[in-house]
Amino acid sequence: MSLLEIEKLSLRIGRTQVLKEIDLAIEPGEVMGLVGESGSGKSMTALAVMRLTPAATQMEGRVTFDGIDILSATEAQMCALRGDDIGMVFQEPMTALNPVKTIGEQVAEGIRWHTRASRAEAEAQARKILDRVGLPEQKFPLSRYPHELSGGQRQRVAIAIACALKPKLLIADEPTTALDVVLQAQILDLLKELVRENRMSLLFISHDLAVVTEMADRITILRQGMVTECGDTARTLSEATHPYTRQLALASMHVPARVRPHIDETAPDTLLDVANLTRDYPGRRRSLFSRPEPVRAVDDVSLKMKPGASVALVGRSGCGKSTLARMILALDTPTDGTIKFRGVDINRADETAMRRARRNMQVVFQDPYGSFDPRHTVERLVAEPLHLLERKPDRKERRDMVGRALHEVGLSRSDMEKYPHEFSGGQRQRLSIARAIITRPKLVVADEPVSALDVSIRAQILDLFAELNQKLGVAYLFITHDLTVARAISDDVLVMHEGRIVERGKTSEVLDHPQTEVAQALVSAAPDLHRAIARRLQEQG
Amino acid sequence: MTIYLLKRLLIGIATLVVASLVVFLMLEVVPGDPARLMLGMNASDAQVELLREQMGLNQPLALRYLDWASGLLQLDFGKSYTYSVPVIDLIRERLVVSFPLAVIALTLSTLIAIPVGLFAAARRGKAGDTAAMAVAQVGVAMPNFWFALLLVYVFAVWLRLVPAGGFPGWGNGIWPALKALILPALALALPQAAILARVTRAALIEVLNEDYIRTARAKGMPMRAVMWRHALRNAMIPVLTIMGLQFAFLLAGTIIIENVFYLPGLGRLVFQAITQRDLIVVESVVMLLVAAVVLVNLAVDLSYALVDPRLRARQ
Repeated sequence: MSLLEIEKLSLRIGRTQVLKEIDLAIEPGEVMGLVGESGSGKSMTALAVMRLTPAATQMEGRVTFDGIDILSATEAQMCALRGDDIGMVFQEPMTALNPVKTIGEQVAEGIRWHTRASRAEAEAQARKILDRVGLPEQKFPLSRYPHELSGGQRQRVAIAIACALKPKLLIADEPTTALDVVLQAQILDLLKELVRENRMSLLFISHDLAVVTEMADRITILRQGMVTECGDTARTLSEATHPYTRQLALASMHVPARVRPHIDETAPDTLLDVANLTRDYPGRRRSLFSRPEPVRAVDDVSLKMKPGASVALVGRSGCGKSTLARMILALDTPTDGTIKFRGVDINRADETAMRRARRNMQVVFQDPYGSFDPRHTVERLVAEPLHLLERKPDRKERRDMVGRALHEVGLSRSDMEKYPHEFSGGQRQRLSIARAIITRPKLVVADEPVSALDVSIRAQILDLFAELNQKLGVAYLFITHDLTVARAISDDVLVMHEGRIVERGKTSEVLDHPQTEVAQALVSAAPDLHRAIARRLQEQG
Repeated sequence: MTIYLLKRLLIGIATLVVASLVVFLMLEVVPGDPARLMLGMNASDAQVELLREQMGLNQPLALRYLDWASGLLQLDFGKSYTYSVPVIDLIRERLVVSFPLAVIALTLSTLIAIPVGLFAAARRGKAGDTAAMAVAQVGVAMPNFWFALLLVYVFAVWLRLVPAGGFPGWGNGIWPALKALILPALALALPQAAILARVTRAALIEVLNEDYIRTARAKGMPMRAVMWRHALRNAMIPVLTIMGLQFAFLLAGTIIIENVFYLPGLGRLVFQAITQRDLIVVESVVMLLVAAVVLVNLAVDLSYALVDPRLRARQ
């Protein structure tokens, strides 16, 4: 008998149909992957099993867990199941823990609640599980608060909370999406071990096919609230008979066709010349009387970029890559070193020279939702950088320029009157690209520009970047922790670690034959769909 | 943590210094000569001049400020122009009424507001929430003197449980004094509780949308337990801020209620002092209130750090 059996589950929130008659069964000890793009209903399926759906939710169908009819169970019955027989880990480790309680309290709380254990017993048990998830006592006593831990460490605490009572079913909803690739690999390994040790079943939710392939025995693919396909992971993905499955698989392996722009390697002109750049931040004060030790975020970094080049800056979170980008964009002042953009030292330039520099240097951020004022029209948003031009364009010229930029990124001129909320995530990222290219810049700095996007949208945006590179001759500095993105779009790659650039070279060379330990760790941790399927097929014989 | 508190303390002291300057200068520019006021309209110029000399009113401004400020530090506020007794005695007499009144009122208001806020937030959008917030709306809108009269009518005139007004002093035992303060405290507390309940509800509703509430629910704790253990403490910061503001108000902003209940409190002292142009009393009480506000703010800042460990780490 299946541990969890979902039969013809339909779910509506208010008038919106979120799930339509989905079926899903998980056997004891089995890992089931649930895959789909954002809005396909993956998270809502998980919340329905926990019965933690939003207030105005109506559900029909049957959900049976361990013989219990979930949809008709009382709230008290559900409380007894949650945390004891079903544990859940969520996506965002930075906000998943209560900031005002110690990690010890938060892990012990569930144990005490379900087992009626004494405080001391529960704390001893909490200690054990924290040790197990990789947070040893010397460095992580129970009295630590969440803000004293990094994202990866917090996710370990969340996993400890979910697994403290060895649940029969663990639900992990995008547990590694917010983490860098090396941390992701560690957390995935931890989850695999815990599942095996405790003979738990795992419902593993992700948008990333490669990650799911590494984790799941079987896979269920959701699209717009409906199950399109379900079956053995390796077979489903390698055969890819269903058109939507094939589309997803192709999109996640997509490499844009790039016609290289003419970069004359020997040309004397340099677009960007960064020399011995260093940035210190004031450290945390330890006592009243001693001066705090500064934290060095960027340490003696030098790099050069030719016009039209595409360079990827890769590294783990916290390695200093965003700080470096901010300094190049003149949004932050270096402690030491120089940045020359088209021969102008941007930290010593006067206002006119600076305006010219800013006009030629634009930025695309990661979050297509957070980087627009929701009350402005697209016309106003995209036209924003135009104030950097020598001559202010009149209204008609302005509309022409916005219209052209929108056309270049694959949107239509008529989108000008709309507001950001009328666009999807991918379209919004097109808007930020339109905003970046409207002044015809020579350099676009893109900070994780596709990591918030679904695979199929991500493929389209990568194509767009490649096309604009060729058409406008714009150079890119891509900042990313995702090596597939670096491989898809860049000619050269810089690997950054603890503020320093530790390895650099042609993208394909560095990624195929990494020399330093740091680069090797990044490459081996990066999920890869081909490799994952091959490994699974091999295991199955 | 220590640095955080030291910083707050320094800001508090700076506030006191600036406030003392402003208060001192304001009363300098107000027309009316204190010496003439004390001696009456019929005094001769020579008499007035003599008193001015005695009171030190002829000295340069800066010197007089320093004199006055150093007096403040030693709790020597000078003598009342009208009563010719040390101002500190007047204030002390009134403070034994006003301070307990403020404390009782704030306690009552907190004890009412937080459960109501929890109740309403847990039933957001349902009948219980709507009803509680409608009552709170009435509480905010209702003038407190009218409510005070209502209380007097019900508890003093009709049920005869407590006196309708006056204050017997603490010398005659604690119980009669408390009985005299309970109605005014209630009259003060309810409108405050209404505001505080709304703030609590709003803060809780915001916190309930946080991810860690979902984590707590996923541990298997029922909504009630999650509210008490996880939501309330995270919602405390805005609630504490409002409580701090309310306490400062309760200390002296209660002129009307003190009049309704005929209580000899600070509010009535200031009121009388203003009508009698007893500027030194006004000055002193204002400084006392500034000091109280600064102290309460310090306490509120300290309580933030107790509630939220992230503030303890920050400098």
